[in-house]
Amino acid sequence: MSQENSKNFRTDAPLDVTSWGFPATYDVSLKKDSDDIFEDSKVLVNIGPTHPAMHGAFRCMARLNGEVIEKSFCEFGYTHRAKEKLGENRTYHQFVVYTDRLNYCSALANNVAYAMSVERLMGIEVPERAVWIRMMCAELARIIDHLICIGINAVDLGAFSYFLYGYHQREKAYTLIEKLCGARLTTSYTRIGGLMADAPEGWERELKEWIKETRQVIEEMDSLLTENRIWLKRTKGVAIFNKEDCLKYSYTGPNARAAGLDIDLRRDQPCMFYDKMEFDVPVAQTGDVFDRYYVRVEEIKQSLNILTQCADRIKKGPIWAEDKRTRIPEKERVYNTMEGLIHHFKFFMTGFDVPAGEAYTPFEAANGELGFYIISKGGPSAHRMRIRSPSFWHYQGLDPMIQGEYIADLVAALGSINVIAGELDR
Amino acid sequence: MSKDGSSDFFTTRLEDMVNWARKHSLFPLPFGTSCCGIELMSTLASGYDMARFGAEVVRFSPRQSDLLIVAGIVNLKMAPVLRNIYDQMADPKWVISMGACASSGGIFNVYSVTQGIDTVIPVDVYVPGCPPAPEGLLNALLRLKDMIARGETHSQRRERALKESQA
Amino acid sequence: MNIQNPVPTLYGDWKEKFSLQWSAIISDLKAKFPDALESILLPETHPVDIPTLFLKKEYAMEVLRHLKDAQGLGFLTDYTASDEGEEKRFHLIVHLMSVETKVRLRLKIRLGENETMPTLIPIWEGANWAEREIFDMFGIRFEGHPDLRRILMDVRWEGHPLRKDYPLRGYQVFLTPEPIDPELFK
Repeated sequence: MSQENSKNFRTDAPLDVTSWGFPATYDVSLKKDSDDIFEDSKVLVNIGPTHPAMHGAFRCMARLNGEVIEKSFCEFGYTHRAKEKLGENRTYHQFVVYTDRLNYCSALANNVAYAMSVERLMGIEVPERAVWIRMMCAELARIIDHLICIGINAVDLGAFSYFLYGYHQREKAYTLIEKLCGARLTTSYTRIGGLMADAPEGWERELKEWIKETRQVIEEMDSLLTENRIWLKRTKGVAIFNKEDCLKYSYTGPNARAAGLDIDLRRDQPCMFYDKMEFDVPVAQTGDVFDRYYVRVEEIKQSLNILTQCADRIKKGPIWAEDKRTRIPEKERVYNTMEGLIHHFKFFMTGFDVPAGEAYTPFEAANGELGFYIISKGGPSAHRMRIRSPSFWHYQGLDPMIQGEYIADLVAALGSINVIAGELDR
Repeated sequence: MSKDGSSDFFTTRLEDMVNWARKHSLFPLPFGTSCCGIELMSTLASGYDMARFGAEVVRFSPRQSDLLIVAGIVNLKMAPVLRNIYDQMADPKWVISMGACASSGGIFNVYSVTQGIDTVIPVDVYVPGCPPAPEGLLNALLRLKDMIARGETHSQRRERALKESQA
Repeated sequence: MNIQNPVPTLYGDWKEKFSLQWSAIISDLKAKFPDALESILLPETHPVDIPTLFLKKEYAMEVLRHLKDAQGLGFLTDYTASDEGEEKRFHLIVHLMSVETKVRLRLKIRLGENETMPTLIPIWEGANWAEREIFDMFGIRFEGHPDLRRILMDVRWEGHPLRKDYPLRGYQVFLTPEPIDPELFK
């Protein structure tokens, strides 16, 4: 084959795309489809409530101009389970199970937040070991929540195997959680004034092994996706939500930190033993999909650090507060003595009274500030049980976030803010 | 059929043959709304791997699927949507109700929640648990396969009744 | 024992940490808006975790705007209501936080059965859905809200579930999916 003929083959074709007439860099004005024959043709699109890209049951209706979203409406309420009303009708102890079903990706953190809010109202101090275990629970929950968030975000954009890496590690975390409380997903592990059961012998050791493995897996996931060119194209500069917007829409947690709004309750307003921990708070600047993804990856690494420190410092000791009101009677006493049986019956049937008062207790859960605002009038159940769920405020920002973006990027935006239906609808 | 593999003939009823084929080619539609959806994902992911039982081809369009796995809460706002999706599925179709919320309302006996999806659509297999472990869902899948082979599901009974009334 | 008992592992003593800022904010409000405050519940004297100021409705907008612009309480943490069953039936509850100092403040506004409240959207755009939720759950209307529809329940739902007189099991069944108002897309 002669030299001249081979020029027709693609191997010798010019690498510089501009010579074919396309602009060298991505031009934003192309988004407008300026000489599109479909200009001014408005298409109404309905996504959800059972669309695979809407994880959970949400609905998004959009008016499109070409492929660009002009106006959108997000609807939800398809999993509304009246947890706030139930909070007024169930005793404080019975309500623990409902907190699991808020953000079901990280049920342990919700349990911790709820137990803390009631304890704060009652002025109960739980012993040191229980606090350490609770901290480990919260961090473990944060890690598995972020694993699922970044995994699903990648699945939505076409990277399925990435999801399996994270999910495999999540399954292993389930084993750890099962050893704590016997359940995989809906844990109900914390009780008001203590924990359901002590961590079994050698649990910290297994946790440390898991931490070691997870570190490797995160490194692997990081190298698999973070510098992938397709991933960067789909996420960089997409669905930008800057700091001002975050303040307007009350964003908290990793979504706010991705936009440079540097708030983290673990550092700024520490509860439990977070003030004794050494960790960094990753903050990005742009607030696009990539930043929200990468802040989560970095946060997993920091949470692993916190977990290691907790596992090193935890000591043996009691797990129940010395408070007769909230202490669940021991099974031995219940089965063998009359008083124990009556105590057990009274505890579960009528519950304990919480002194009148009101408190808003925030907690840095995986998604952001999870707050329980409880108004107590002195009875065994709350007068008003308000759950300040981060997803509610994050989902509200989706409409302005996707304005002027492609319809395909809606999926990326929704996955990156990690809206959980149970927490959103309550 | 001979032992060396050369076939002569074997006898069976056409219906059994069809059911045998049907039970090995389930196309699930995951209707995951809440917590059970995460366990459904676990079942599909590498640890439990639903593909081992021939039901891994998840289809998100009701027209292309024949097994509706209702995983999670269906509240009163969602109930008509679920009914629409069930109606859009082509016969024969099967329904697994996964978890306490879908089966009976579970711990949510409140104003906004249906007390079991069997008030909206016919259900073949119920899976208890809140949420059920993936083993539970796999067991339900095997149970459903048995039921399909025996022709006991709602959809097949409806089909038979229709044929009998036409005959 | 109650909320006034500070527990070190549960955020410790906010009274000690923030009392200077709180008293500065309250005295500033008293000076600027002498008639706006109905009553003040302080953590020292009442079982509350943070100062709870009862605002008069007429002054609510001005006071909240002032708190946001001049006092740095620019973060709307939460906006909700509660059914108190008093003569003025509802309390609107606003939780504010300062991003810089993390000082928190709670404001309450008493509202009667059929009273309306001016919308907070001009101050915080994020109040939009919170107000829709309050309307959905309590039936409180907001003046000037651009899109006051139900948010969690079906638009055809009757009654407001979080009111104390709504039964826990007051089911309402609809046989068709929720209708969408075509006006929304105009």
